[in-house]
Amino acid sequence: MALVLNEDEVMMRDMAQGFFAEKAPIKALRTLRDTQDETGFDRGLWSEMAAQGFAGIVVPEEHGGVDMGYLAAGLVAEQMGRNLTASPFFSTAILAATALRHGSAEQQGEWLPKIASGDAVIALALDEGVKHNPRGTSTTAEPSGNGFKLNGAKAMVVDGHVADVMIVAARTSGEDGDADGISLFLVDPKAKGISTERTIMVDSHNAARIDLDDVEVSGDALLGTLDEGMNVLDAVLSAGRGIAAAELLGAGAQAFEDTVAYIKERKQFGAIIGEFQALQHRSSHMYSELEIARSAVVGALTALDAGDEKASQYCAMAKAKLGSVAKLVSQEGVQMHGGVGMTDEYDIGLFMKRIRVLQELMGDAHYHMNEFANSHSY
Amino acid sequence: MSDLDTFRADTRTWLEANCPAEMRTPLKGDQDFCWGGRNFVFQSDAQKQWLDVMVAKGWTVPTWPTEFGGGGLSRKEEAVIHQEMHRINARIPLFSFGISMLGPALLKFGTDAQKAEHLPKIARGEIHWCQGYSEPGAGSDLASLKTKAEDKGDHYIVNGQKVWTSYADKADWIFCLVRTDNTGKKHHGISFVLFDMTTEGVEVRPIKLISGRSPFCETFFSDVKVLKSNLVGEEHKGWSIAKYLLTHEREMIGGSNEVGRPLHEIAAASLGLQDGKLSDPMLRAKIAEAEIDEWAFNLTVKRKLAEAKAGASLGADSSMLKYYGTELNKRKFELMMDASGHDGLEWESERSNDGKVARSWLRTKGNSIEGGTSEVQLNIISKHILQLPGA
Ligand SMILES: Cc1cc2nc3c(=O)[nH]c(=O)nc-3n(C[C@H](O)[C@H](O)[C@H](O)COP(=O)(O)OP(=O)(O)OC[C@H]3O[C@@H](n4cnc5c(N)ncnc54)[C@H](O)[C@@H]3O)c2cc1C
Repeated sequence: MALVLNEDEVMMRDMAQGFFAEKAPIKALRTLRDTQDETGFDRGLWSEMAAQGFAGIVVPEEHGGVDMGYLAAGLVAEQMGRNLTASPFFSTAILAATALRHGSAEQQGEWLPKIASGDAVIALALDEGVKHNPRGTSTTAEPSGNGFKLNGAKAMVVDGHVADVMIVAARTSGEDGDADGISLFLVDPKAKGISTERTIMVDSHNAARIDLDDVEVSGDALLGTLDEGMNVLDAVLSAGRGIAAAELLGAGAQAFEDTVAYIKERKQFGAIIGEFQALQHRSSHMYSELEIARSAVVGALTALDAGDEKASQYCAMAKAKLGSVAKLVSQEGVQMHGGVGMTDEYDIGLFMKRIRVLQELMGDAHYHMNEFANSHSY
Repeated sequence: MSDLDTFRADTRTWLEANCPAEMRTPLKGDQDFCWGGRNFVFQSDAQKQWLDVMVAKGWTVPTWPTEFGGGGLSRKEEAVIHQEMHRINARIPLFSFGISMLGPALLKFGTDAQKAEHLPKIARGEIHWCQGYSEPGAGSDLASLKTKAEDKGDHYIVNGQKVWTSYADKADWIFCLVRTDNTGKKHHGISFVLFDMTTEGVEVRPIKLISGRSPFCETFFSDVKVLKSNLVGEEHKGWSIAKYLLTHEREMIGGSNEVGRPLHEIAAASLGLQDGKLSDPMLRAKIAEAEIDEWAFNLTVKRKLAEAKAGASLGADSSMLKYYGTELNKRKFELMMDASGHDGLEWESERSNDGKVARSWLRTKGNSIEGGTSEVQLNIISKHILQLPGA
C-alpha cells in the first residue's frame, strides 16, 4: 500500500489547496452565516468546483466524471476542512455518487452526469433520532400499488433542504436492529407528504430534518436490490466515513497550525508563551497524534480505492481516530489561545464547532470503537 | 436535635413557604439569571418576589454580618441553606460578582465607610459590579497591567483599557486594578479602585463569543475621575487584594458545575435504554467516571471549606479546586454533547431551546480560562503547594 502521495495526487492536493484558499476561505463561511444565506453554500462556488472536477471526483468518466478515487477525494476534503468550506461535496459528490454507482443504468445515466456537472444536489436521508445507527432504521416503505409508501422521520440530512433528489433509507422487511431488510429509494423532495425543516447547526453547515408521511414512490425509485440496501449503504458509509475523516484531518491540522502560530507570537511574563514547556509538550503530543491520524486517513482511503475487503473497517477506524484527535486539537487550541479563543473573531472556535459536528456525522468515536470490538467478537 | 438540624428544619419550612413555585424550575437561558443592578428588568413577579424575601432574610449573603445586609450565619449554616435550596431546585436569587468577589475583599480590606456604602447594596442586588482586571497585554500575567491612575490630590485620573470585562455593558460599578506607580517591580504599584461605570470617559464595547452571545466587553477609560475615597486598601499595594479576591473567584468558578439534571438521566432520556443500559458502553463508562469524580470533587470542596477557618480563604487550594472543577465541568459538557447527539448540534431551533446545549457547551470552554487559566492554576500548585524548584 502506497502511503506517500504520487505525482498526480500531489498535483491534486496543490490544486485543491490553492482553489479553496482563494475561493472559499473561512471568511466565506462567516458571510454565509452572518447573512443567513438560504442555500447555506455558494452555488457559484459549487459550479467552479464542478469545473475543477471535484464534483465528479468519484463519478466514472463515461458519466462525465474524472473518477480519480477516494484518496484524491480525501485530498479535496482535507482542504475543505482547512477552510471550513461549505459545499455539497460531501452529500453529493461522495455519498450520492457512491450510492448511484450501484443504481440501475437509467438511474446512473440520469443522475451521475448531473452530479459531475454540479447541476444536482443530492442528499442521503439515513439517520433518525439522536445518534447514527443505520441498522436502527425504522422509517418504513410498504408496497403500495406498483410502488411503495414511505413513512418516518429523518434527522441530520446533510443538504436536505436544498436537495434536488433524496436517497432515503427505509425498512422493507425485518426489524429494528437488522442489517437486512433495508432498502434505498430515490425520492423527490417535493413529493406529497414530505416536510423539510432546515436545522441551523452549531457549525453553520447544512442539515435538515425530513418527515415522510405516506410518501408514494414508484417501483423504479428503488436504488439497488430490495431488502439489500445495506450492501449499497456499506459502500456509501465507508466513503462517507473516510472522507469525513479526511475533512477532520484538514480541520484538525489547520486548528493545530493556527494554535502553534499563536503561541509563537503571544507574550506573557516577558516570554513568548510557546517557551512554556507546559504548552510545548502538549503541542508536540498533538503533532504526534495528527501524524498518526494522517496515516489512518491515507490508509483507509487507499484501501477503499484498492477494493480491499477490509476497507470499510479501515474507514470506520479512521473515522474513530480522527473524531478523537480533531476534538483534542480543537479543544486544546481554544485553551491555548486564552481569552481570544472564546471570541467569534478568532477562527479557532469555528474549528471546534465544525469538528464537533463532523465527529458526530456517520458515527462518533464511541460508535466505531464499539463496532470494531463487536466485529472482533470481544 | 442539634442546632444545625433545627436550623435545617426551619430553613426547609421557610423555603417551602417563601420560594415561589416558578423559581423552582430550571433556568432556561441567560434571561432567567437575576443579576440585579440599576437597570435590571425582572422577568417575572416571582423573580422579584424571590429576591425580595431572600434579601429581607439576609440570605443572598448568609455569612455576611447583618449590619451589611447579611444573615450573620456560619459557613455550615450557609451550606445547609444551599442544600435545602438545591433540594427543591430553588434558583439562586441573585448572581453577582459583588457577592462572590468584591464583597469578601471589602470585608477584609475595606474601610468602614466603604463597607457601609457598598456591601448592603450588593446584598440587596441594587448595584451590579463588574471586574476590571485583564488587559490585552495582561492576562495570565495580570501583574503587568498598564491602565494608569495619575495622582491628582484628592482623586485619580484613570486612562487605559481593560478586556474580557464580563457584563461591563450591564454593570453599574467596576472594581478595577490600576497602576499608580511603575518605577518598581510589577507587583508593586498596583492599586485597587472602585468607580461608577457612568463616570465620564468610560466606554464599553461588547465582544461576540463563540457561543454567539456577547456577555463580555472591551472597556476603555479616558481621563476617568476616581475619588481617592474609592481606593481600597493602601495605594500601590492592591496586588494582595487582587489576589485575595481571585481566590474567591476561583472557589466560585470551580464550585459552579451544573449541567442541570445528573448526566446519566440526561443521557438515558436522550438515547434511551436497552436492557436497562445505555447502548453506548463507552459513554456509559465515561458518565459513570464523571459522576464519581463529581461526587468526590463536591466532597473536596466541602472538606476544604470545613478545614479553612470561618471566613478565611482557601489560599492556593482554591487553585486546585478551580482547576479540577472547571476541567470536570468541561468534561461533563462534552459528555452531554455526546449524549445529545444530533439534537445537541442544533443552534437556533425552538426544539433545541435556541441551541441551549451547544451554547452552554461552548461557554464551558471559558471556565478553564476565566479567573486564571488551568495552566496558571497548575503553576500555582507547583509553586505554592508543592514548592517545586524553579516553579
Ligand atoms: C468567559 C470569560 C470571562 C472573563 N471575565 C473576565 C472579567 O470579568 N474580568 C476580567 O478582568 N477578566 C475576565 N476574563 C479574562 C481572563 O481572566 C483571562 O482571559 C485569563 O486570565 C487568560 O488571559 P489571556 O486571555 O490573556 O490569555 P494568555 O495569558 O495570553 O494565555 C494564553 C495561553 O497561554 C497559557 N499560559 C500563559 N502563561 C503561562 C505559563 N506561565 N505557563 C504555562 N502556560 C501559560 C495560558 O494558560 C493560555 O493557555 C474572562 C475570560 C473569559 C474566557
